[in-house]
Amino acid sequence: MASEAEEPNRRDFLVIAGNAFAAVGAAATLWPFVAQMNPDAGAQALASVEIDLSPVKEGQAITAMWRGKPIFIRNRTADEIKTAEAVDPKELPDPEARNDLLPETTPALDTNRVKEGKDNWLILIGICTHLGCIPKGQSMGDSRGDFGGWFCPCHGSHYDTSGRIRKGPAPRNLEVPPYEFVSDTKIKIG
Amino acid sequence: MQHSSSYEPKSSFARWWDDRLPIMRLMHGQFVDFPTPRNLNYLWTFGGILTFCLAAQILTGVVLAMHYQPSGADAFNSVEAIRRDVNYGWLLRNLHAVGASMFFIAVYVHIFRGLYYGSYKAPREVLWIVGVLIFLVMMATAFMGYALPWGQMSFWGVTVITNLFSSLNEIIPGVGTAVVEWLWGGYSVSGTTLNRFFALHYLLPFVLAGLVILHIWALHVAGQNNPTGLDIKTKSDSVPMYPYAVAKDTVGLFAFLILFAWFVFFLPDYLGHADNYTEANPLVTPPHIVPEWYFLPFYAILRAIPSKLGGVIAMFSAIAVLVFVPWLDTSRVRSAKYRPLYKWFFWLLVISSIGLGYLGAKPPEGAYVIWSRIFTFYYFAHFLLVMPILGIIETPKPLPKSISASVLPGGASAPQGAAAAPETR
Amino acid sequence: MTRAPMMRATIEASLAACALLLGAVAPAAAAEEGGHGVHIERQTWSFGGFTGQYDKAQLQRGFQIYQDNCSTCHSLKRVRFRNLVEPGGPEFPEESVKALAHGWANKIVDGPDDQGKMFDREPKLFDPILGPFKNEKEGRAAYGAAPPDLSLMAKARNVEYTGTWWWHPVSMARDIATSYQEGGADYLYALLTGYGEAPGDMKVAEGLHYNAAFPGHQIAMPPPLAADSFVKYQDKTGSLEQNARDIAAFLSWAADPSLNGRKSTGWLVMLYLLVTTALLYAGKRVLWSKIPH
Repeated sequence: MASEAEEPNRRDFLVIAGNAFAAVGAAATLWPFVAQMNPDAGAQALASVEIDLSPVKEGQAITAMWRGKPIFIRNRTADEIKTAEAVDPKELPDPEARNDLLPETTPALDTNRVKEGKDNWLILIGICTHLGCIPKGQSMGDSRGDFGGWFCPCHGSHYDTSGRIRKGPAPRNLEVPPYEFVSDTKIKIG
Repeated sequence: MQHSSSYEPKSSFARWWDDRLPIMRLMHGQFVDFPTPRNLNYLWTFGGILTFCLAAQILTGVVLAMHYQPSGADAFNSVEAIRRDVNYGWLLRNLHAVGASMFFIAVYVHIFRGLYYGSYKAPREVLWIVGVLIFLVMMATAFMGYALPWGQMSFWGVTVITNLFSSLNEIIPGVGTAVVEWLWGGYSVSGTTLNRFFALHYLLPFVLAGLVILHIWALHVAGQNNPTGLDIKTKSDSVPMYPYAVAKDTVGLFAFLILFAWFVFFLPDYLGHADNYTEANPLVTPPHIVPEWYFLPFYAILRAIPSKLGGVIAMFSAIAVLVFVPWLDTSRVRSAKYRPLYKWFFWLLVISSIGLGYLGAKPPEGAYVIWSRIFTFYYFAHFLLVMPILGIIETPKPLPKSISASVLPGGASAPQGAAAAPETR
Repeated sequence: MTRAPMMRATIEASLAACALLLGAVAPAAAAEEGGHGVHIERQTWSFGGFTGQYDKAQLQRGFQIYQDNCSTCHSLKRVRFRNLVEPGGPEFPEESVKALAHGWANKIVDGPDDQGKMFDREPKLFDPILGPFKNEKEGRAAYGAAPPDLSLMAKARNVEYTGTWWWHPVSMARDIATSYQEGGADYLYALLTGYGEAPGDMKVAEGLHYNAAFPGHQIAMPPPLAADSFVKYQDKTGSLEQNARDIAAFLSWAADPSLNGRKSTGWLVMLYLLVTTALLYAGKRVLWSKIPH
């Protein structure tokens, strides 16, 4: 047919446009199937937790839960703070602060692991950075290891009064979660 | 397969693959250059639509199963969590629930298309029977799926339908009760029943997929039927499946999706029951226990027969009779297009089926019962009387010379072709 | 042309079949006792139809009615306090809802504590809105009939068709075309405004109340709202009728919080499908025009 020459353009355009639209739709349809595996609204609602610190007296520690993980909260004594501040980060097995609110390369000074003016409060994620056990040191009768902090019984990691690894197989200091003081006696994690 | 592939591997990788697992050759032969009658109408797009429905139900079902809890205590709550908390949970749930109804709309159109055009006649008998099996498995899957939200209608629907098996007691005392307690896993419908229904509901769609493969295989041996009921004889009778039939199937699919989306986004609960938003309560029976709409015709047949066992037999027979259709129909002509008398009876069957569907939702009293019996009678009469008798006594209209002759102006496209057959537009 | 009328005929037949098959759905919850249903008037709702969306202000008033009036007996346990803040609902400010939750009379059972005991605590944002009863039996013991949870009430009730059988398919087709899904809200409005004197010949049983909308017309719940007893809003307006409307809307949201997103996405999807179907159809026509058919 004489119009065969112009026709391919129109046909190609329509066919291509139709197929392109169909493909875009298919891709857009795929998104909900992927997204449904993300944490749902219930999990997201529990993503932040507020903890009242007033029952924790000096020298005491409590364990809270946040996103399914144990959180060590210790109200440190003046001695514990002094011992922690006296350590030079460069001599530590892990010289980085591991504070979620600070950049990666921040040195592991005790001041970088607590909040200014509230340095008696040490908030840590209570999971050993070696293979994931929960270190001992929270309860009164627990061993605190050689450095007065925490001791992981699984493979013998010793953490100090700032939660930093000093001896044993753990590669990193205990992580400091992202938290803020919402009042003098209350913190919000996450 | 009757049609052999003209596939030519284009690259050395393609050749390597073709020597070891000739999937591309198979796909090419069966879905690319497969000769498809050129006169198919849009009723023939429903096979593709049904395949899409199965894939969609499996996909949405699997992601829902990631959040659903199949226990009596948690099922209802988990569905609410899906509706409220899971990202896009409301959408996935609507797609799956509405998808089941869409699946049945498509399957009924597909079945009636087959009945009208004689797609069940030789050599497509096995194709048809596999189709009936697919229909049966679909119904079992849907029945169990409806139990899963564990609402009032879920619970009581399961109670009523499983209780039907107790009618076997009338044949052999004790057997019915034993079967029912075996189904229930207890002395009444409970979370135990729900749990096993979930396991089976997850399994059966994959059985269905296997049956669908057999169904498509059997189809491709004989080739598709078409509105004239004639076989493909010359090349001009057919077109390659790709791109012609595929293009048409895609249009049909997207038009179907418009209907689908209409319900998913604007009428998600229209096809369901309000009672299913009330948690299952074994101590409170809803005033009207009604199955989902796609079961209503069979429910009407069940209740039309005054005896319990009789009703159960009638209900299962209504499906079983379909298996015998290729032999019940004695017509020499496939397509009802050329059967002027039979056409009327076909539409009577459609009306009876729709009527039975409507009556299935009504309380079984008064005029409703009378009409249920009339339509039930016609339903069986159609298959057992009309089909055998009419095929013998009817004079069909003259058939066109060929498929091409029926659609191409001036007959077949071959220059020295036969004289133009009467236009059957 | 063979194809076009055939196609239209098959589409029409399919649609008619669909409409009639679908039409067999009987909204069963608002039951018919004795064979005829109760006629419920249809109301206009901001969230009805395919452009419907909830009216935030109405949902806020509705929640106020729930809090002041209904929460004495009814829980809303599938709704969490945070849902009152999230988009698509009443969208109260987070701090107010936090305070509301903290002060909510019905506490959350938590624990066990370090002594092994369960204890009550104030609800947080992520907690459910509980009612006064720990379980159904407690409610029944207090009132004779357990006040049901209201979270899904707007979806668990519906309006039944009460006309002739031959008009029924037309009515269904119309409902489908206009996307009518507000049967629950219509019923709830009718129920709350349906209290009154029983007609002469009806004897109302002891402990029950006459209600024009309730199936069987005798309901255990005493009228929660009356012409002289309703919730006044902050701007001093309010009436039984207004209250009933607002609480029905609020309960519709409680049962279906995703409506706003669902309908707005629906528009986009429908538009996309219509355009793509048209393009695909045109492409198919052009493709087929190349060969004799």
